[in-house]
Formats: sequence, C-alpha cells, structure tokens
Amino acid sequence: MNFITELAVYMAENSNELLALTIEHILMVACGIALSLVIGIPLGILAARFQKLAPVIISITNVIQLVPSLAMLAILMLYLGFGFKTIAIGLFLYSLLPIVKNTYVGIKEVDDGIKEAGIGIGMSPLQLLAKIQFPLSIPYLMAGLRLAAVIAVSVAAIGPYIGAGGLGKEIISGISLQDDIKIYAGAIPATLIAIIADLALGLVERKTKKRLA
Amino acid sequence: MIELKGVGKVYEDGFQALNNIDLAFENGKINVLIGPSGCGKTTTMKLLNRLVDYTDGEILLDGRNLKEIDPIELRRQMGYVIQNIGLFPHMTIYNNVAAVPKLLKWPKEKIKKSVMELLQLVNLDPDTYMNRFPSELSGGQQQRIGVIRALAADSSIILMDEPFSALDPISREQLQDELISLQSEINKTIIFVTHDMDEALKIADQIILMKNGHIIQKDSPNNIIANPADEFVKDFIGKKRLTPKQKLPSLDNFISKSFVSIQSDSSTAEAIKQMTAYKLTNIPVVTQDDMYLGSINLYGALDNQEETIENLVESDTYTIESTTETVEVINELNSINTTIPVVDGNGKLVGTLDPYQLLYEWRVTSEYECGEQ
Amino acid sequence: MIFFQGYMKYWREDYSSILAYMYEHMIISLTVIALSITFSIPLAVYLTKIKSDLIKTITFNIANIFQTIPTIALLALVIPLFGIGFVPAVVALFLYSLLPLLRNTYAGMNSIDPGIIEAAKGMGYGTIQRLFKIELPVALPYIMSGIRVTSVYIISWTTLAALIGAGGLGDLVLAGIGYNDSMMIFTGTFLAIIIAISLDLVINKIEKIFSYS
Repeated sequence: MNFITELAVYMAENSNELLALTIEHILMVACGIALSLVIGIPLGILAARFQKLAPVIISITNVIQLVPSLAMLAILMLYLGFGFKTIAIGLFLYSLLPIVKNTYVGIKEVDDGIKEAGIGIGMSPLQLLAKIQFPLSIPYLMAGLRLAAVIAVSVAAIGPYIGAGGLGKEIISGISLQDDIKIYAGAIPATLIAIIADLALGLVERKTKKRLA
Repeated sequence: MIELKGVGKVYEDGFQALNNIDLAFENGKINVLIGPSGCGKTTTMKLLNRLVDYTDGEILLDGRNLKEIDPIELRRQMGYVIQNIGLFPHMTIYNNVAAVPKLLKWPKEKIKKSVMELLQLVNLDPDTYMNRFPSELSGGQQQRIGVIRALAADSSIILMDEPFSALDPISREQLQDELISLQSEINKTIIFVTHDMDEALKIADQIILMKNGHIIQKDSPNNIIANPADEFVKDFIGKKRLTPKQKLPSLDNFISKSFVSIQSDSSTAEAIKQMTAYKLTNIPVVTQDDMYLGSINLYGALDNQEETIENLVESDTYTIESTTETVEVINELNSINTTIPVVDGNGKLVGTLDPYQLLYEWRVTSEYECGEQ
Repeated sequence: MIFFQGYMKYWREDYSSILAYMYEHMIISLTVIALSITFSIPLAVYLTKIKSDLIKTITFNIANIFQTIPTIALLALVIPLFGIGFVPAVVALFLYSLLPLLRNTYAGMNSIDPGIIEAAKGMGYGTIQRLFKIELPVALPYIMSGIRVTSVYIISWTTLAALIGAGGLGDLVLAGIGYNDSMMIFTGTFLAIIIAISLDLVINKIEKIFSYS
C-alpha cells in the first residue's frame, strides 16, 4: 500500500516530465512505424507481384528480426551516432518484418475468383493491384501494423542506451539507481502505451475485417 | 447377438435423438442403418461401443447388459471404421493395423501374423505397404487399411460409420465389392451406417430404415423395395427404384425354356445323375404330358436312393405362373434362393426362373433409369 | 583487412571472457526454454481439454499481456520482487515466452483431425493412452516448430537480460556501447545470432526425426 502511494505521489510530482517522456516515446515509435509503412508496403507488394523476389525480400527482413534489438541499436549507433535518428531507423528495421510479410500474405490471399473477375472486367495488372488486391489485403496489413507497433514500443524503451529519450530513460535510471519507484514510474506508462496500441489497432483490424466480410 | 430393448437417447439440451428403439442385429450379417441426416442412425451405432450413452431402455450384448461392460474393454472388442478414415498419421501401416492387438497386449508373433494376413486379404502386399505411412497411400488404400484395422483384433462385431462415403465413386464401388467378398470369408456381425440407398441395397443382408429417432422399417433389401412400409420409405428409396413395372420386360424374357426336368416314372438314380450333371440341387418332376408335380432335392435323393421318385417328390414347392407381372415376382423373391419352376395356367411346366438373374437384370434396369435422369 | 586483423587480436586476447559471456547467455536461454516447455505445453494441452471458454480467454489474454509489455519494462518490473541478476531475468523472459509456445501447442492439438480422435476412442484407447500415444505424437510437429520459434526469440531476448545484471552476450554489447567499441558490439551480435541459428538447426533436425509425412 505504502509503495503504491509513494509511486502515485512520485508520478504526480513528476507528471510533466513523465508526460514529456511519454510523448517522446510515442513520437519515436510513430516515426519508426511511418518509415516501415512507407518502405515495407511497397516491398510487400513487390514480393507479391514478382514471385522470384519474394524469398529474397522475406528472408532479409527475417534476418533483421533475428538480430537482438540491443545489438541492432548498438550497431546503428556505430555508424549513425547517438540520438533520435538512430532509434527511428532501428525501430523501422525492427518493425519491417510484420509489415512486409503481412502485406505480402494479404495480397497473396486474395481469392483467385475475385482476381479473375477483376481481370475479366478488363482491369490492367496495376488497376487490379490498386483497386482489388491492395484494398482486400488491408485487414492483414492492420494485423501486421499492430504487431509492429507493439514491437516498436518495446524496442524504443531501450533507446536511452544509445542516447535517445523516451520512457526507457526513467526505467533505466531506475535500474541503475536501484529505485523501484522510478522503475514502475517508467514501466507502467510504457506498458500502457503498448497495451493501448495493441487494443486500439486490434479494434481497427477487426473493423476492417468486418467491413470486408 | 446385440439386442436393443426400448432404447432412447435424450441429449442434455432436451433433444430426443432416439425414441423407443427395439432392434436386434443379426449375427454374421451385414446390418445397414440408413436414413436421412439427423435420423439417429449414427447415434444408434455409437450406442453400441458407448461413444454415446443411451438414456432409456437397455442394450444386451450376448445377453450381458452393455452398461456393465467397461467402455474401454468394450471398444477393444469391437472393430470400428469411420468416415474420415482416421488412420494415425504418425504410425506406419503396420502399427496402424496392429493398434488394437497392441492395446490388448497380444504376443508380437501373433500380431505380426494377423497383420500380414489382413493386408493380403485386401490385396495390399505386406512387404510393400507395411512400413509406409498413411499419407503415402491413396484414399481407397487408406480406407482398406481402416477396414482391416477394425478386423485386426478378431472381434466378432464391426461398426462402420459411413466408411466409404468420402471416397471417389470408383474406389467406393471397389471397397463395397471387397467388403461383400471379405464378409463371405469372415462372417462378422457388421453394423454399417450409410445414407446411400444404392450402397445399402448392394451390401445389406438387413436394412434398418430410420427417421426422427424411430425405426420405420426393418427388412431385407428386396423386401424393403417390394413392400415399402409407407410414403416416407417410398420417397427415401426413390420413385425410380420402385416403378420399374412398366419398364421391366415381361417375365417371359427371364424364363429359361431350356430347363432340365425329370419324368415321374424315371428312376431315382437317373434323377441324381441329371442333377449332378447340371450341377443342380433341385430338379422339377413332371408327368408324361409335362404337368408339374413338384421337385426333388439332391440330398433327399442321395439319402433315399432306393425310393421311387413319386415317393420323394415334394409337391408343395413354390411355383410361379408364367403370366405373372415381373415386378410381382420380385416382390416375392426375398427368401427364395433356388431356381423356381414356372407353370402355365394349366399347371404345365413351361420353364424355370433364376431369381439371381432376375434381380440382377432388374437392378441394372433401375440403375439405368437413374442414370437417365 | 586491418579490421579483420584487429578482430583476430581482440578474439585472441579476450576469448576466455567472450566464451564466459556466451556460456552465461546459453545458460539463461536454455533455462528459460526448459521452463517454458515444461509449463506451457501441459497448460496448452489442458486448455484444449476443458470446455470453459472463459478460462481459455483469460489464460491467453494474460499471456498476451506479458508479451505486449515492453521487454525492458518487464525485466525492470520483476526487480522489486526478485532483485537483480539471473533469477529475475529468467522469470521475466519466461513470462515473455509463454504466449508463442502456448499458442503453437494449442493450435497443434486443435489441428488434429477429429476423425483420428474418434477412431482412437472407438478403438478403445483410454484417455491417457490416447493423449500420449496418439494426440501428442500427432501434434508433435506443431509443438516442435513452436519450440523452435520460441527458442530463437528467447536467445535474442536474453541479450536484454544484461540490462538487469544477469550477464550474457548483452553485457558485451553494452560494454561496446560504453566504450564505443565495434569489436565488442559485433562479437556479441554475431555470437547471439549464431547461437540462435544453431539452435534453430538442431531443433529442426529433431523436428525431422519426429515428423511422419
């Protein structure tokens, strides 16, 4: 009980700072995800359009995923230095796999009958992609986005090791100072961001699915 | 012998799946349960190995109350073949067939011998197939394994739940034929569930037709067609199978005019000679002006060779008048398995009728009709 | 070339400490994998046997929440309960690994053709016999692939265990970040990836032994 009161008092006293860290955290994640959407969706489409490229693209993104997150950030730091830019690129690389893979699978999963109907009414391959395949793959993309967001929130929390901000700052200083209050003050909002992102994007995913069902 | 006495099944949600079923499954016969989906045919079968428990009445297995037998033991005593085949994908063919004998802890040698014999029985070479996995076999081969797996523990009762309905038509026909010839060797009590009337007519010794948890009619295949109990049965059998009256050729076409008969004043030795020569078990006896008197039986004649034909002749044998409608003959044919004498209005023997040939002819005709639709 | 020579020198001088980090890493990972297997698989099997959808939903939601919490936050959150070092790292990573294995085993058990189960029942297999002789062996390929995927992830996540003082290859990466030393960072990264890939190959081999098609 005592701990909870202390925690609440601490969080209330430092609410401005915590809020700033939270916003910073979300901003990092948003940048990373935006980048991976911009690059990942075309890659996924490319993989789906050109069967020979698919294994190459998918395995590269798979290998990236295999690199431990801390190591990935450390390597990026070696070449890009400390800071926001580095973490944004790290988050982009780390959330690339779910975006690419789900775009690819989503397009591939489009029913052959529907595709045939599209071709039958005289759509060009590009029109087929833009008007049929991509719109129908959106529920899959949403599932990928959801996964990517959760991963990005998690990886962003170790950003402070390479000089970025965000809620990880509070957690890490809590760990080094052996201060349980600081640990929870950072971990709780970070967890909440992840859970809210998961739930909210889950809702979007279901909505898009329902619309198509 | 399995007997159901007043058996009922009410599910927890109140659905009455079976209502007051009285039924005996004939030993060593193929008993076919048939009916539209939801009629309770599968439920009835599953009562027997207690995959489903009944809520009313009792079931006796060789006089023992089924509920006194441990279900696990009970199931090991009964072969079970299901529609989805259900071979164990992680076991070789050998181990699949050996599954129940292994559960029963048979000695290894005995299991091996049994598996080998069974594989040969369905024409699958043991050396080729025993170490394969189910996924390496075609659907028809898989279900052959499914059938012999049920026979492996040498149980006297085999339950088959629509075993051939998931197969392609050609494999289905083959397996039906194989089952019939297999049954002539093994004489198991088979309880066979199907929704396919053609299949039932082909393989059944006894058909049990069900609807809404009741038995509507229980009869031999020929009888069920000849005397459908009500409109439902007629509908279920199908109009085409029931109205070959106009379509069937007249009886004349089936009567064999080149029959063998013997005159009543001949010697018994002569009659025996004729019967053995033509491989007959019965021979019609006629007067000098071909009037039919009756027939004598080969074994009766052999046992009493010193008797005269006139004393041996059985005069109360079944005969058919040559003017009868073919379809009426079919209605009567259910219990006759020997050649039938055909007489004219005056009682003169004019020919003989082979009931098998007639039934065959009739079935071909009705199948042809169905195909035309 | 110079880089390579420097790299060789670094290995020659430091190989004993590198191997010690690697050993620590493997001990943590293997403990987590063993714990996860002994806990998640029976739990998943149990979940396939019960009728209550409520218990299933609750279990999967809890496992999902653990998976959603940012890794470092989860690691930090167990510090107040278990202090720092090996134990809290194992506990946190174990909680983190619950969902994938639970989900795979559950899916594997549910994927069994109902005909197989019905046949086994009808042939007179008892409940326990059926589970061990039929259901688990049939679901084994699924379960093994779940173990494989989870193990690879655990190797990667274990890098973060260094953040709460449990050691392992993460220590090497952290030190590399601290000294801006690319040798340390790359060594830590490569070894983590190599362990992950080797484990993947080994489990893949085991999977092949148990597969039946």
